[in-house]
Amino acid sequence: MTRSRRRLVSGAASLAILITLAASACGGTSRDDNNDSSSGSEPESSGEADPNAPIQEGLHITFLPKQINNPYFTVSDGGGEQAVSEFGGEYEEVGPSEATASSQVSYINTLTQQGVDAIAVSANDPNALCGALNQARSANIAVVTYDSDTSPDCRDVFVNQATSDSIAKIQLKLIAEQIGGSGQIAILSATPNATNQNAWIDVMKQELKKPQYANIDLVDIAYGNDDDEKSFQETQGLLSSYPDLKGIISPTTVGIAAAARYLSSSEYKGKVALTGLGTPNQMREYVKDGTVQEFALWDPEKLGYLAAYAAAALVSGQITGAPGETFEAGNLGQYTIQDDGVIVLGPPTVFNKGNIDDFDF
Amino acid sequence: MVPEQRTDRRSLSKSPLWAAMTSWDFALLVILAVVLAAATSRVEDFAQTITLTFLLLDVVPVALMATGLTLVIITGEIDLSVASTLGLTSAVLGQLWYSGYTLELALVLCVVLGALLGALNGLFVAGLGLPSLAVTIGTLALYRGLAYVILGDRAVADFPFDWTTRAVDTIGNTGVPTAVVPVIGLAILFGITLHATPIGRGLFAIGNNDATARFSGISVGWMKFWTFVASGVMSSLAGIFWTFRYASARADNGYGLELAVVAAVLLGGVSIFGGRGDLLGVLTAVVLIATLQRTLQLARYSDEVLNLVTGSLLILSVVVPNVIAMIRAWWARRRAIDDSVPPPEHHDRRVLEGTNT
Repeated sequence: MTRSRRRLVSGAASLAILITLAASACGGTSRDDNNDSSSGSEPESSGEADPNAPIQEGLHITFLPKQINNPYFTVSDGGGEQAVSEFGGEYEEVGPSEATASSQVSYINTLTQQGVDAIAVSANDPNALCGALNQARSANIAVVTYDSDTSPDCRDVFVNQATSDSIAKIQLKLIAEQIGGSGQIAILSATPNATNQNAWIDVMKQELKKPQYANIDLVDIAYGNDDDEKSFQETQGLLSSYPDLKGIISPTTVGIAAAARYLSSSEYKGKVALTGLGTPNQMREYVKDGTVQEFALWDPEKLGYLAAYAAAALVSGQITGAPGETFEAGNLGQYTIQDDGVIVLGPPTVFNKGNIDDFDF
Repeated sequence: MVPEQRTDRRSLSKSPLWAAMTSWDFALLVILAVVLAAATSRVEDFAQTITLTFLLLDVVPVALMATGLTLVIITGEIDLSVASTLGLTSAVLGQLWYSGYTLELALVLCVVLGALLGALNGLFVAGLGLPSLAVTIGTLALYRGLAYVILGDRAVADFPFDWTTRAVDTIGNTGVPTAVVPVIGLAILFGITLHATPIGRGLFAIGNNDATARFSGISVGWMKFWTFVASGVMSSLAGIFWTFRYASARADNGYGLELAVVAAVLLGGVSIFGGRGDLLGVLTAVVLIATLQRTLQLARYSDEVLNLVTGSLLILSVVVPNVIAMIRAWWARRRAIDDSVPPPEHHDRRVLEGTNT
């Protein structure tokens, strides 16, 4: 009997607290309105583009990479930071420690509440972010996607590192050169649903049907999940499953570094070719010790730099995201928006023994 | 048992108010209130209606899974496959819709699937007597793997607009998502079953000592089996919600979420050894964790800090009750010596006492 009475009291006390909480949560609405009015003064998106409009002072631009503490995004967001400091804005980087779409949604929601001026996001899923991004846009926040796009109707512009076509083709061309035009190859990709990697792999598959690649046989696609350990093991697995393997393409910086590390300390060093997308700093020792001849990448620093300028141009009204509009991106010069609001950074760079020391990222 | 002349101190400790004040649920609510008060006054942008919306949308799937998992843990078992069940349901829902099934039929099939996935766990644990930790780690990998087999690297995203908006709709201007209503309904159903029916008493009895429970005529195997089915169904509902909320059916939906769910259940005062806990505490813990995360994020703390806080809460929720129990035991011994009376018996599981009784 005492037990049920105790429960009753504890239940009543709990209820009282819950009601208080609910009341306090509702009481805050007025702040919401204030925020809206303070950020509503920007001359943004809806109007005509004015290419001569100056970049506004003190723009708050936040980078939301797929994952924080990922070396690739650290570099690209660093480029963004440099650009933001050039035009006197406020830079911030936030993001999840696991590369999932749902955790990015939570960050987008947060940024919407904080009322930043622009979000530059690399999407973990082309659709899952849409609701949150459109909510942000209706709160007058400019949305730039970089590296990985969302559906075109969920962002203002997409800063593309290079077209899928050029990225896929350069990797295939490099591996073909390195294995002498014939033999078995495999791909070590990121996660099975990584937007970029899958698009590139599709292009590679198409490309392999061409006569110049008739003697090259793509035997397997392994997924290292952009995890160093897993990529290392998958490389090991590929080499033991396919004793005749001549080359590996790893279109992801985590994958290629792990694969290179495995190859450099194995009997396959110098015998099995490795190329793909890597950063010069990660790959330097493997290029110098002969494990890797050549690999490719766009300059992620420039990518972030361009994304930041695109964001500033949007907020300042220089562009609205319509094809044909142009804007100046600091020391990168002028860029033109292409169909679907895409801005292309440029062709990828090929790194080898000769030029790798010219790059530091 | 209790002697006639009691000291003031002891009568205070016996009063219902005191019991309520020291109950774990109450402590959680106080912590939640403190966090909310601090967030409202100190964290810029927290005090908005939209905070409530975002927060509760994050709460819904975890609350669903935690509600089902509570039953399982109270019987002394565990189900680590909840998030994988979510992912598999999402993948199947996407595939069914993609193959032209109506959503209504697809939803029914998904709930049935959840029941079957739970039943498979139940079969291994209750039927074959295998340890649930091992079984559900296995199905954690198995169900996630199946999700990838079904959907691979694809994402199905072309769900009808009215379904995806319904998932994130709010009740009028309150900011409370409509999805919260069925969650509360289910929580009440589970709460009543657990705390006010013979079934619930049976579950606690099993968790306290399943040999004793068996001898007192409780069909331990079947009851455990059904708790796994319930957990599977709740996880599939979470999977359905997740799919519509993010308008994206993919195999990696809810990846790694089982940790958050287990953390919430344990922080909610459910003993990992079974036999102790209640649903109100669990749901409070779910809201508390979500609030902390939302607050820290708004206050611009990084993801690592969020993980550190969640992890520490989990450890604390296991350590604190045990430390309190040790202090109480020591205190009771001291008093027994001082007063030369036997220490009062502890039989109220709602009062803070950590050890598995």
